[in-house]
Amino acid sequence: MRRHILSILLENEPGALSRVAGLFSARGYNIESLTVAPTDDPSMSRMTVVTRGSDDIVEQITKQLNKLVDVIKLIDLSEGPYIERELLLLKVKVATTNQREEVKRLVDIFRGQVIDVGDATYTIEMTGSGDKIDAFVKAIEASLILEVVRSGVSGIGRGNKTLHL
Amino acid sequence: MSAVNQLTEMTGADILVNCLVQEGVEIVFGYPGGSVLYIYDALFKQNSIRHILVRHEQAATHAADGYSRATGKPGVVLVTSGPGVTNTITGIATAYMDSIPMVIITGQVPTSLIGNDAFQEVDSVGISRPCVKHNFLVKDVSKLAETIKKAFYLAVSGRPGPVLVDIPKDVTAQKTWFEYPESIEMRSYKPVFNGHPGQIRKAAELLLLAKRPVIYTGGGVVLGNGSAELVELTRMLGYPITQTLMGLGSYPATDPQFIGMLGMHGTYEANMAMHECDVLLAVGARFDDRVTGDVKQFCPQAKIIHIDIDPSSISKNVKVDIPIVGTVDRVLRDLIKAIKESGKQTDADMLANWWQQIDTWRATNCLRYDRKSQLIKPQFAIEKLYEITKGDAYVTSDVGQHQMFVAQFYKFTKPRRWINSGGLGTMGFGMPAAMGVKLAFPQETVVCVTGESSIQMCIQELSTCKQFDLPLKILNLNNGYMGMVRQWQEMFYDKRYSHSYFEALPDFVKLAESYGHVGLRVEKPAELESVLKEAFALTDRLVFIDCKIDPAENVYPMMAAGKGHHEMMLSPYQEERELA
Ligand SMILES: Cc1ncc(C[n+]2csc(CCOP(=O)(O)OP(=O)(O)O)c2C)c(N)n1
Repeated sequence: MRRHILSILLENEPGALSRVAGLFSARGYNIESLTVAPTDDPSMSRMTVVTRGSDDIVEQITKQLNKLVDVIKLIDLSEGPYIERELLLLKVKVATTNQREEVKRLVDIFRGQVIDVGDATYTIEMTGSGDKIDAFVKAIEASLILEVVRSGVSGIGRGNKTLHL
Repeated sequence: MSAVNQLTEMTGADILVNCLVQEGVEIVFGYPGGSVLYIYDALFKQNSIRHILVRHEQAATHAADGYSRATGKPGVVLVTSGPGVTNTITGIATAYMDSIPMVIITGQVPTSLIGNDAFQEVDSVGISRPCVKHNFLVKDVSKLAETIKKAFYLAVSGRPGPVLVDIPKDVTAQKTWFEYPESIEMRSYKPVFNGHPGQIRKAAELLLLAKRPVIYTGGGVVLGNGSAELVELTRMLGYPITQTLMGLGSYPATDPQFIGMLGMHGTYEANMAMHECDVLLAVGARFDDRVTGDVKQFCPQAKIIHIDIDPSSISKNVKVDIPIVGTVDRVLRDLIKAIKESGKQTDADMLANWWQQIDTWRATNCLRYDRKSQLIKPQFAIEKLYEITKGDAYVTSDVGQHQMFVAQFYKFTKPRRWINSGGLGTMGFGMPAAMGVKLAFPQETVVCVTGESSIQMCIQELSTCKQFDLPLKILNLNNGYMGMVRQWQEMFYDKRYSHSYFEALPDFVKLAESYGHVGLRVEKPAELESVLKEAFALTDRLVFIDCKIDPAENVYPMMAAGKGHHEMMLSPYQEERELA
């Protein structure tokens, strides 16, 4: 059960997203996260799906995705070196000076930013791999967390490797 | 209306009809309603396309499906929005499971009302998505012609399947310049044709090294028109061949190399050969659970070669050693060539031993039944049907015991003659499918073998058969039970026959007569032949033969669900004979 990051070029057509999502639910595959947005060519979307499964299952997932008429191209990024990034927006309660300092210290360690300050709240922005975001959210005292917003992972291959038409 | 391809302004409805003409569509199976009135109006004004008015939209899809299975051409369906569409879903799913090319055109509420819960609105694209190869909602009349072109291209190419095109009513009324694209290119859809030469060479080598080979083929050989190549390869190698329910007919069942169907109700010899084989050549088959039984025990000693058009069929249920993706006809042709070019021969001694072993399995005579019974045995009925039709009819079936008996006892020798719902197992398929076949081939004998339960699921189509003068022969193997359900209850639920018996059945003879057809009843084995002869002599009438059969008969042999090929239950009748 390895984590796989699938990068997909998809026709930017109505219904394309539901075909991908429907495939995962109909065949009982799991989705950890899914992100999608148009590329520089507005007729195409780039999607990143994070899934977990045995090699056999992930092989089936990629074959089934390739079979969807809207899927133009697909690679499993985790088969080679790659970079992944996720955006976190986190709202925390900071009622005391102590809490403010502690939160700020952690934000600095994880190289995030406080992007909004309220009466008794900080809103933090951070990007990084899924692991890093997990670690940061874990480091913040649970009772302080008011809201967690994660974008889901986007990924790209390292070096010369590209996914394009 | 004749086909128009020069730039002319026309309505969406006229454009649609013209597209169909350009695609060579001869018959549309349909049912009108509010959202498709412009399209029906366009149909009224032309006479290139014949419209067959069914009595229920499910039947339209099955009829288009039967037409397609028999001809290889895509079947076309036209229905209205909402309930018209939902009624087609069973038929679309049936076609999808068996990879049948169809184009389903559905009306939709006007674009301005989509999403408003308008009268007869249903999300047709959403509701059909899991059971179509692809679908489209056409919101702009300027996209209509191109979309129809894509729909036909997708339906018939690659692994075929149903494609649904949803057209809002206003789009059918809007006008635009019509031009039908000659061909279509889709960057996201590029079906493969030729198999990988290296893989084909490897497959040839492995096949020639085999000591206990089996060829196992499925519906893909029928749909991919690979029958001639399959026959050539199989005869050249001299290897035993077994086929799935969907594959029957693509190799002549009368040939000594044919060892019968495999799987749950396959022959003893076919399943034992699967279990013992050392090289398995799978062609256009998908290792379905009814075929493999317990996958952990599937062909435990075999190296497997798998030829299929669909990469996702390969290693889905069973890991294979040599996958080859391509169309079956081309790959088989290349495989034949590779075997010839290798200059090597099959291992004749080993093969002789293997055939000897297979013959000992054959000697169990696993399809034996009581021919002296005072009641008509369903097997006997199919054997008689086979005799009287000289093995050359188009036979459709519904789902249940009768379907298995046809598969076991009607020895199909040509592809596209055996038409049944294998993947979805849809009761109600048989008669409408037979209508589609008869419309495609009016001169041919078309028989629907059914059961008294299945036939009632689309019985209203007797009316369609009357209107369009379709002289089918319907052989109703009437055991009073949902036979297949009763069999499972007898075997696996301690004979608790829960709701598998109808307290009330219609008088099928009178029912047929009330629809304007001929009804015949037969209850004794001795009368069967003459009744069948009488029925088939009435070539211009639909004859419904209500054949009362032994209600207790079961389908044997049987590999229970989750068992291995070597764990078959044989008929108790046979065991008694062996003791005696
Ligand atoms: C639409 C549908 N509903 C239920 C079933 C489950 N089922 C499979 S076989 C069968 C009994 C069929 O009885 P009949 O048509 O009389 O045929 P027999 O088995 O007696 O030959 C049923 C209910 C099905 N295959 N399709």
